[in-house]
Amino acid sequence: MNFFHRFASPREFFRIAGYTVPWLGGATLILIVVGLYLGLFVAPADYQQGESYRIIFIHVPAAWMSLFVYMSMAGAAAVGLIWKIKLAHVIAMSSAPIGASFTLLALITGSLWGKPMWGTWWVWDARLTSELILLFLYLGIMALYAAFEERRSGQQAAGILAVVGVINIPIIHYSVQWWNTLHQGATVTKFSAPSIHLSMLIPLLIMAAAFMLFYAATVLARARWEVLDQERRSTWVNEYLEQL
Amino acid sequence: MSWGEFFHMGGYAVYVWSSYGMALLVLVYNIVAPILRKRRLLRDLVREKSRKSA
Repeated sequence: MNFFHRFASPREFFRIAGYTVPWLGGATLILIVVGLYLGLFVAPADYQQGESYRIIFIHVPAAWMSLFVYMSMAGAAAVGLIWKIKLAHVIAMSSAPIGASFTLLALITGSLWGKPMWGTWWVWDARLTSELILLFLYLGIMALYAAFEERRSGQQAAGILAVVGVINIPIIHYSVQWWNTLHQGATVTKFSAPSIHLSMLIPLLIMAAAFMLFYAATVLARARWEVLDQERRSTWVNEYLEQL
Repeated sequence: MSWGEFFHMGGYAVYVWSSYGMALLVLVYNIVAPILRKRRLLRDLVREKSRKSA
């Protein structure tokens, strides 16, 4: 618990995150290079979809991250609301634009994949519509946070919206089972063996890990400056500004 | 396989490379946003400080 209290102190967070970000960034870069090499050069073409399936290495990690970032954001917001931990609110609000960008990427790459495979850019089916609602949730949370003059009220209001919006997450995940859809069902996260070949599964998982580390790096980078802004009246920020 | 064939992506070049291009844009946005935030914030804080000490 001691570690968490130390890490949750703004000053320690600013310091520790400062030297963690470059390491996470470096690891992300390595994983992206390896993932792209295996995905674009080593993995064979798909027997049904040809080369077009290679969009999977962007689309699926982006879609997974759109859900994962949402859960971290809502979890952090809940911690902030319940235990009144300032840093948790900062992490939650810093996650929103990142999650929104991943959601947009999932929607656009889905569209770019849908056009050649389904013959349409978009259908109003359950999977696509619930993912679009996710984008609007992220944007609503960001707008609500920005709408308050006082930061704390904004964090609380947007945090509550984030927690309530969690209801959309299982709807997105199970949409392909609950409703008829053009979207294919799960090929990786099902209980029997994944119905995707290893030569495609490995780069997919590497790209997913890369996106995960990228989120960690960029949420810490955003949160650092948010913390510095929030603590601008404190001595340590003054000391930090002195030595610039 | 030649590079030309590679970039052709079996006729799906537009769809595949647009997807990878969009991914690059999203990565760049998320890298640049905190850097811009840092610059603006530090400029404001330093200005605020010098105004107070003046």
